[in-house]
Amino acid sequence: MLSEADLATLLLTLKVASISTILLLVFGTPIAWWLVRTPSRWRGVVNTLVALPLVLPPTVLGFYLLVLMGPRGPVGQLTAQLGLGTLPFTFGGIIVASVLYSLPFVVQPLQTAFAAIGARPLEVAATLRANPLDTFFSVVVPLTRHGFMTATVLGFAHTVGEFGVVLMVGGNIPDKTRVVSVQIYNHVEAMEYAQAHWLAACLLVFAFAVLLLLYGLNPKQGKH
Amino acid sequence: MVNRLKKTLDKLVLRMGRQGASGGGQMPHYEQGKHASHRQNQQPYQGAVIRPEPAEAANPSGLKARFKINYPGFDLDINFAVPGRGITALFGHSGSGKTTCLRAVAGLERAVDGYLEVNGEVWQDDRRGVFLPTHQRALGYVFQEASLFAHLSVRDNLNYGLKRSAASAQSIVFEQAVEWLDIAALLARRPERLSGGERQRVAIARALLAKPRLLLFDEPLAALDLKRKAEILPYLERLHDHLDIPMLYVSHSPDEVARLADHLVLLAEGKVAAAGPLQETLARIDLPAAFADDAGVVIEAVIGGHDDQNHLSRLDFGGGALFVTRQAKALGSRLRCRIHARDVSLNLERADNSSILNIIQARIIAVADTDNPANVLVRLDASGTPLLARITRRSWYSLALAPNTLLWAQIKAVALFN
Repeated sequence: MLSEADLATLLLTLKVASISTILLLVFGTPIAWWLVRTPSRWRGVVNTLVALPLVLPPTVLGFYLLVLMGPRGPVGQLTAQLGLGTLPFTFGGIIVASVLYSLPFVVQPLQTAFAAIGARPLEVAATLRANPLDTFFSVVVPLTRHGFMTATVLGFAHTVGEFGVVLMVGGNIPDKTRVVSVQIYNHVEAMEYAQAHWLAACLLVFAFAVLLLLYGLNPKQGKH
Repeated sequence: MVNRLKKTLDKLVLRMGRQGASGGGQMPHYEQGKHASHRQNQQPYQGAVIRPEPAEAANPSGLKARFKINYPGFDLDINFAVPGRGITALFGHSGSGKTTCLRAVAGLERAVDGYLEVNGEVWQDDRRGVFLPTHQRALGYVFQEASLFAHLSVRDNLNYGLKRSAASAQSIVFEQAVEWLDIAALLARRPERLSGGERQRVAIARALLAKPRLLLFDEPLAALDLKRKAEILPYLERLHDHLDIPMLYVSHSPDEVARLADHLVLLAEGKVAAAGPLQETLARIDLPAAFADDAGVVIEAVIGGHDDQNHLSRLDFGGGALFVTRQAKALGSRLRCRIHARDVSLNLERADNSSILNIIQARIIAVADTDNPANVLVRLDASGTPLLARITRRSWYSLALAPNTLLWAQIKAVALFN
């Protein structure tokens, strides 16, 4: 059965994934919107940056984050000056890492959804006196709710499943940075296969349920 | 300086055009007093209303538009002024820039240099750095294809603009728009459950409910088949009778233009080829062959009598009377009809033994070539009402016709609208 320590890692994982998903939607939505609507020539560069975590080994991303956020890195010096301390090996640190790591999983479905509705609904809303922000919430969000659903589920699930980045940036500190995937690694290292089985099975069922939900809710996306 | 002179000239032309129009009984009369109060009652929903510069303010009523837009391979450079009430058709072939022009009026297309004034309010004046974004322009826009919000019911689509626009004394209430467009039965439905014609009717009602001071139509019937078109046209005519605001109507259908418009702006290759009251402009023979085979005039007539024995009605107009199939309308009702140039033949003497009923005395004003060298287009004047006749060049010479010749125009067909 799951030990108390295992349950704590499960709880922490859910906490990290929930907070990350909220932040991902908050930051990912404007990025996706900008990528779809901008005529800027920087579009290609930003698009590539957002997509990078898809192809980079998580350890590479983790390594750079560690360097940047560490006491000698520019981000680390800034956070230290702001009285926040440095982020590596803290809960805040793995949140930052998770958000960056899962960004493409949120931005890309949103981008596809925004592009699919085209400019016409925005023009129609403008001729009906809706300002751009109003248009976004009253027209774009309802018309792209499937995109938001996909982005939320993928962002959450991908954050739950991360391992490399957390290990690099967060380490292995109980109740702070020890998430399920790290705990499974610990159990395997310690030859505690039974406990590893329990946790692994939890993640497997979770992942299956999430994808089933996604394809069930969103039949169009499932056909790809 | 040159520009200012040009503007003054434009205004003069416009005013002359109007006088001509009211003389011909074609334009609806202008209710200036009503207009003024209309404007005073309207609360601007953002900041102060921008008034025209003194030079422009001499003639506060009406719509003045000037836009310059450069696209690769296409330049739009237009300047026109039309009355502050009634339907103005923006007519031209595809690619003439009419939709771009309409989008510029709505602020959806950004001109490099633009000026737009609607009944005394400046919505855009790039030279003064004034540009109201679309959502701050009190307009209604009916797009060519279905543009209803798919996530909202018909009722919520109608309410979308209604909720977001400031109330005004003359605004149209929900029930009124629903009644005009006959959509009460559709309110609970979703847009995907409507036919093409129903969608357009809802879109028109939605535009009306946004309390527009300018209504824009971008070929609202183009996506519909003939039957659906015929279904919608009466609703547009109803708007025309009820609304006291200017409407711009983009179309490439001569029939729609002849049926609905009071005023015509003819566009060709991104420029205004002609502009003026509909009747006068249609009767011009010096224009590029925009209407080609469809050249003809529009006549506003009144039902002057019914001949039930022969199933005919008599239409009276300035130039005389026309007999048409019995109309189910009361004496005195107004009615618009169209006479194609190809349906008018000319006779030097009144042919009393002809089967053609409608023979009207007219005088030749001018003649012009058509795109077919075998034909000429003759402009006639029937006691003040312009008529066009398309005859063969051979007939022109063999009858020795010339400007000022008094003759008889035989009208083979009259197309009725209302």
